[in-house]
Amino acid sequence: MLDMQGISKIYRTDLIETHALRQFSLRVEAGDFVAVTGPSGSGKTTFMNIAGLLEDFDTGRYQLDGTDVSGLSDAVRSRLRNERIGFIFQSFNLIPELDIFDNVDVPLRYRGFSRRDRAERIASALDLVGLRSRMHHLPAQLSGGQQQRAAIARALAGDPGLLLADEPTGNVDSLMARQIMDLLEEINEMGTTIVLVTHDLELARRARRNVHIVDGQVSDFWSLEPPAPGLHAGLVPAMMAPA
Amino acid sequence: MLGYYLRLAMSSLRRSPGLTALMIAAVALGIAVCVTSLTVYQGLSGNPIPWKNDLLHAVTIDNWDPQFPARERHPDQPPTQLAWRDAVALLESDIPVRSVVMFKTAGVLATGTAGARPQRALTRVTSADFFAMFDVPFRFGAGWTAAADQGPEPVIVLASAMNERLFGGANSVGRTLRWNDMEFRVVGVLDEWRPLPKFYDLNNGALQEPEEAYIPWGWGLAAELPSAGSWNCWKPEPLASFRDFVQSECVWLQVWVELADAGARQRMQSLLDTYARDQQRAGRLPRPLNNRLTPVDRWLADNDVVGSDDRVLVGLAFAFLAVCLLNTVGLLLARFQRGAVTTGVRRALGASRRQICLQHLTEAGLVCAAGAALGLALAGLLLWGLRLLYATQDGTRDGIQALAHVAPGSITTALALAVLATLVAGLYPSWRIGRSAPAACLQGRPMGFRHTGRRFVP
Repeated sequence: MLDMQGISKIYRTDLIETHALRQFSLRVEAGDFVAVTGPSGSGKTTFMNIAGLLEDFDTGRYQLDGTDVSGLSDAVRSRLRNERIGFIFQSFNLIPELDIFDNVDVPLRYRGFSRRDRAERIASALDLVGLRSRMHHLPAQLSGGQQQRAAIARALAGDPGLLLADEPTGNVDSLMARQIMDLLEEINEMGTTIVLVTHDLELARRARRNVHIVDGQVSDFWSLEPPAPGLHAGLVPAMMAPA
Repeated sequence: MLGYYLRLAMSSLRRSPGLTALMIAAVALGIAVCVTSLTVYQGLSGNPIPWKNDLLHAVTIDNWDPQFPARERHPDQPPTQLAWRDAVALLESDIPVRSVVMFKTAGVLATGTAGARPQRALTRVTSADFFAMFDVPFRFGAGWTAAADQGPEPVIVLASAMNERLFGGANSVGRTLRWNDMEFRVVGVLDEWRPLPKFYDLNNGALQEPEEAYIPWGWGLAAELPSAGSWNCWKPEPLASFRDFVQSECVWLQVWVELADAGARQRMQSLLDTYARDQQRAGRLPRPLNNRLTPVDRWLADNDVVGSDDRVLVGLAFAFLAVCLLNTVGLLLARFQRGAVTTGVRRALGASRRQICLQHLTEAGLVCAAGAALGLALAGLLLWGLRLLYATQDGTRDGIQALAHVAPGSITTALALAVLATLVAGLYPSWRIGRSAPAACLQGRPMGFRHTGRRFVP
């Protein structure tokens, strides 16, 4: 599903260079549920941005579903994002002036589905997160937990193979955080690959695999349960590069 | 997707009405000033009779002072009018399909009806072909014949406004009236006719109204009518009487010919040159041969109908529009930057650069379209103000008044300016936000920095 080998990303200004990722390598197989942890500034968000094709990298190789993404045009990268990746953000990032229906509709519009197909997919996604009755509410009329569930519905509406969740429970209370994790687990059990970035080690432990990033490199990884033979063996040790 | 983009644009514009109003007002002001100046400019620079442009020719002969050219600004050109003897001589030619010799005089018209006030009337003394040559429309009756010129017969044609004042707009053909102390019979009443510029006689201003009455050419000599238009003399010679004036080198007559084709034009030019050489042999026309047959468009250009001031004004109007658009560019950049996170979300959800660019361009287009509509309304107000400013005391229309109307051309201009404004003001901000990296947008710093591989640059 996701295969990064020797990825480096450096942010430069006139004064300083910041190595966000150094020879970062990680493979995530289809159907996996990987939690990525690490201190602030360790490179977690950069990793997510690169994984989600939101940002370029300087060196290395990244294959998404077997497609080498380096050198792809913006149009192709956008289509890959639209069709294969779902995003969940810490601050939900629902579009405030659109109601929930229209928010979930956004990726489907860019996909070019017919009006009828879109309506069916939106209803189905909102059903999954229990918000169908709120489809015509504006985001501001929903609680934080409901907004995040709406964002999850938006991420799932296009039926992507990979869900990238960046601190999805960061802005909700602990009870709601657990409910969102329950929902993510449910989604994962339905076959969607999930990569979750979190500070919360308790939530991270609920993932099948954990990756810890420090200074732009994978410092540790472990599996909390034995992988089914052949299924999760793809999570390989990070290829450590010389510092 | 256009419908979707329009919906998003409307929603986005409603979100910050103050900023939206500011942008629309900036575009509207720029477009209003441009439409106003262009409306007046187009009126000035247009050819009022383009369908006969290649047929109608102003006739000029250089009979001026050997030491100084007639026209300081155009020393290569002959005087714009002719002396009596030259005009009369050329009128004899049968090469033109039609010929007109004419000048402007003034008179007082009275119907003799009790209580009716006499009306001062600028009057054109002209040969019969005037009406057919310049396609002058008639509401009632017609012009006169060449025989009436010779007579001269006491016949008169009234402009529609004068007919309105004298006869309440009724069909006055056959009625008699007094022009100064002579009795004339009305043979025709013109329909609305307002050639702008007044190409056939530019000597007293290109924006002047056509005359209010027309009488046969023969009356000029018979009644010794003085010119109420422009006349110029260069030669020290006696001018004590009308006969002296007629025999002088003073120029004061406009002569036009209608030539059927290039052959006729060539023959007419030869005639002019032959005539001029004959006159030179007789001791006249001391300057080098310079006789011209000038078609209407060239005539308007030669006579500086559109002055450099007018062009400068249009330039200034466009400069003002550019400043307004520059402000709009800044406001759009600020607006798009403020919505960067939403743009980042859209990019994350699959929108391509092109789609983001088009979405924002649609928003800019909507602003400019609203600006154009408001600008057109403002231009209407400005033109109305111009009409008030140039209103004459007697209620007749001045040239600016006639030009200062929102015409179909003004609407086309406003639409064209709206498209231009969208491209100028909207393209850069839309392109810029479209080029921003999605990750940078999500962090709310879309256009501040971009990664070049070597360093971040603004």
